[in-house]
Amino acid sequence: MNEIQLLTWVRGDGLDYAVGIFLLGVIWRLFEIYSLGRKKDLSASRSVAGASGWHTIFRRSLPPAGMVKKSPVSYIGGYTFHIGLAIVVFLFAPHILLIQSLTGLSWPGLPSQFIDLAAVVTMAAMVVVLADRINKPVKRYLSTFGDWFTWTVTFLPVLTGWMAVQHLLLPYTTMLALHILSVEVLLVVLPFTKLFHAFTLFGSRWYNGTVNGHKGVAV
Amino acid sequence: MSASLEKGVRVLKEVIDAPIASYFSSCVHCGLCAEACLFYTETGDPKYTPIHKLEPMRRLYEQEYTLLGRLKKMVGLSKPVTDAELGEWQELVYNSCTLCGRCSAVCPVGNDIVYMVRKFREGMSASGNAPDGIKGAANRTITIGSPMGVKLPAVKAQMKHVEEDYGIPIPLDAEGTEYMVMLSSMEIINFPEYLGAIAKIMKQAGKTWTLCSTAFEATNAGMQIGNSDLARVIVSRIVEGAEKLKVKTVISPECGHAYTALRWEGANLVGRPFTFQVKHIIEVLGEFQEQGLLKTEGFETDKLTFHDPCQLARRGGVIEPQRKLMKMVAQNFVEMPDAGYMNWCCGGGGGASAIEEGEELRLEAFKKKKSQLDAVKPDRLVTACANCRIVLEEGLEHYQMDIPVIGLTEMIAEHIPDQTQSEGA
Amino acid sequence: MQGPLIETLARQGVTRRTFMKFCATLASAMALPPSAGRAMAEAMAAAPAASKRPSVIWLPFQECTGCTESITRSHSPTLEGLIFDVISLDYQETLMAAAGHQAEEALHAAMAANDGKYLLIVDGSIPLGLDGAYSCIAGKSNLETLKEVAKGAAAIVAMGSCAAYGGLPHANPNPTGAVSVSDIIKDKPIINIPGCPPIPTVITGVLAHFLTFGSLPELDKHGRPKAFYGETIHDRCYRRPFYDQGKFAKTFDDQGARNGWCLFELGCKGPVTYNACATVKWNGGTSWPVESGHGCLGCSEPDFWDAGGFYKALSMPADPLKLAAKAAVVGAAAGVAVSFVNRGKKSAAKSAHETTTLADLEK
Repeated sequence: MNEIQLLTWVRGDGLDYAVGIFLLGVIWRLFEIYSLGRKKDLSASRSVAGASGWHTIFRRSLPPAGMVKKSPVSYIGGYTFHIGLAIVVFLFAPHILLIQSLTGLSWPGLPSQFIDLAAVVTMAAMVVVLADRINKPVKRYLSTFGDWFTWTVTFLPVLTGWMAVQHLLLPYTTMLALHILSVEVLLVVLPFTKLFHAFTLFGSRWYNGTVNGHKGVAV
Repeated sequence: MSASLEKGVRVLKEVIDAPIASYFSSCVHCGLCAEACLFYTETGDPKYTPIHKLEPMRRLYEQEYTLLGRLKKMVGLSKPVTDAELGEWQELVYNSCTLCGRCSAVCPVGNDIVYMVRKFREGMSASGNAPDGIKGAANRTITIGSPMGVKLPAVKAQMKHVEEDYGIPIPLDAEGTEYMVMLSSMEIINFPEYLGAIAKIMKQAGKTWTLCSTAFEATNAGMQIGNSDLARVIVSRIVEGAEKLKVKTVISPECGHAYTALRWEGANLVGRPFTFQVKHIIEVLGEFQEQGLLKTEGFETDKLTFHDPCQLARRGGVIEPQRKLMKMVAQNFVEMPDAGYMNWCCGGGGGASAIEEGEELRLEAFKKKKSQLDAVKPDRLVTACANCRIVLEEGLEHYQMDIPVIGLTEMIAEHIPDQTQSEGA
Repeated sequence: MQGPLIETLARQGVTRRTFMKFCATLASAMALPPSAGRAMAEAMAAAPAASKRPSVIWLPFQECTGCTESITRSHSPTLEGLIFDVISLDYQETLMAAAGHQAEEALHAAMAANDGKYLLIVDGSIPLGLDGAYSCIAGKSNLETLKEVAKGAAAIVAMGSCAAYGGLPHANPNPTGAVSVSDIIKDKPIINIPGCPPIPTVITGVLAHFLTFGSLPELDKHGRPKAFYGETIHDRCYRRPFYDQGKFAKTFDDQGARNGWCLFELGCKGPVTYNACATVKWNGGTSWPVESGHGCLGCSEPDFWDAGGFYKALSMPADPLKLAAKAAVVGAAAGVAVSFVNRGKKSAAKSAHETTTLADLEK
């Protein structure tokens, strides 16, 4: 298989399968999780302004008071790489094109120099977060194979994408194919690993906020 | 004698619901919950990371309720939960968790970890892995009527004492009153001033109230141990008592978990909404204050600070009333760092204070409270939970800190002018 | 510098200086040292009498003659074409005067006379289907002919994408079973000069290199001379700055297209195509596809014909939502099935619930 064949496969059948498995996995997992249901709360509610599931969905994106100081790497590193990923994924012109071809939606992108910087910063933040996972006793203690694995499959698309644009190590075609392949791996494993938090965190925050909103606690 | 792993697993299968599934699926192992847990911050031992305390339940969830988990179990990638493992987890689920809820408050993906610990305890107790201390308390509550073995005659003796000391009659089993007042064993035995304070306050407010001979004990060791069947037995007494006496509102005493058991879990335990309201005494005092039914005179002049009981503030939503009440009677009221919603637990909530073998750890964790107190150096410490009060006193004594702990209700009552005297003068 | 070639050129109105300059340019295009240009010029200028010129045999198989057109008709008078003045093109069906038996005789005579020394140029792919019956010359299949002629060759030049990689005949579903030269010949040095058609200068450069140094230039892993195929079209494209700024033509007649912005979104395969079009250009340096307003098709890459649509941007997948609806349905079905099993399990646990009494707290 030459690199054009590889590229053709990852853009064709490979992507078909990856997107297919991704959608299948996401829908299946959402059913699996949320169909378990929960009991109705029979206690009398005490409603106060600003306390509800919806409030919590938004509020939990901000660090609670004092927590940034306690774990600066988690917060600063976490914000940097999440925002960086969002910029690189959604504001790079070729990516927008892909989304447009799939959904018809389109928006202006950022200059590639800026995307390049964002990719480097994102990777740096991810490396720092990884180092923190290795160094911090709690994180190391909690870490399982899944944590190292998901870090890798998240990091590789950024790295290969950046290397493809920068023409590092391998010819562009090969790197581009590897980049798309790595994204496909990410898509395939996302529903079945902790990466699924990208979907369930909304449900989790909502449940937490609802239970607390019922008690009149704004969280 | 029938507790078994099988039973524990079955109970866990019963209680695992969509929120728990969502929470486990969302955890990214960021470890921020550890930073919110005083058992971790004071010991530095990562095994006290809150989410780790749920590991057996997480595995069980995965193996029972996810396709991939079932596959993993089949091929041996995920080991089955064993009785020995649950036994090992006892320390993590009971001794080192006070259900304080700080972890649930900081989790960035929104996991309500305490919600899960509470449910995990259902499986722990059904499999015979609850600690003896709380089992004993539950036993006494069910068989005798209170976790400290207090019976009705002891309450009646207290009532008599208070009637004599305050000159106010204490109604028992009066039907159709507005309030039914609950007590905690601690208050009956260690802090009798509470009952006198209630009598004074109610008299001033002109409200009718009563104690109930079949339901005076508010604490619920069944909930602490994490067994809904036993918790239901205990809470049903109160429901029956309140319905028999046709009261409008049941007042939960200065006790955090009693409030949670009655206010938030009660209706769910008996399986129907209550016909009466449930309020914490601080909520009632706050209402009296707002309605002008609470009049005090004089001020405490020494430096006071307030320790928020977790179940009242963070898990109960009562945060402002106690501060307004403090300001009513204290000139020099200072707040500790993190006070209010994010206050640190005394270290003995959720049944932890009943576990003898957990004392060393509890005292270690108390260093958090010590640092909070060291930051403001109060003369006295006010709180609104008898259990906090006992645990705080123990901790303060251990660290040789000379800070008396008092209940907010009593302090308020002390500032209520003696009406019989003023009327007579 | 003197010789028959210089005289021929002079007759065509090409000065010696122009010739020297051409050789220097060729050398530099191939990233050779400046001295190589002079060496080339001397080697070519000193081309011996017709009988001693290196013999070249050009075999056309499944092809369209575009490659021949490219080298002969690129522009006139042709400097590239002059290469034919320094070689002895002993067999080339399109260009040779002879036909039929005469042509066959010429072929075999050349093979016999220059055994082990002649250069074999192949354009077109070799069909293997139906025992090669799809393309036969003089009653022999292309496969047979190739094997026979390759045996005595010093080296083989696979001219154009068909000979190099199978090209258009090789495209899905490849009805004739077309393969490339390198799929068949394994024991001879082969140089691929892909392109549909290849750039004339590249052909000339490779031949000049062979004539001057008696060897093939350095090749990449696809057998292409690195000197011409070392960089992508995209890297050398004069529209590259627009790509970096995110300025793209969206249609062939919008303002972006008029402004000469990047054609990436219109399907340009420049980023994944290795060729010299952007630097050498076509028609004597006049223009090249991207300059003329059309994206690169990627014709010098293996299997370019099957590499997605010509007008589909490189970032666009073939048809990723083809399976999506099915996958969603299967996922939902799996999810619902698991949900039922889970709820059954949960209610079974619930109905098996035995009310805990105090005694039940003990093991």
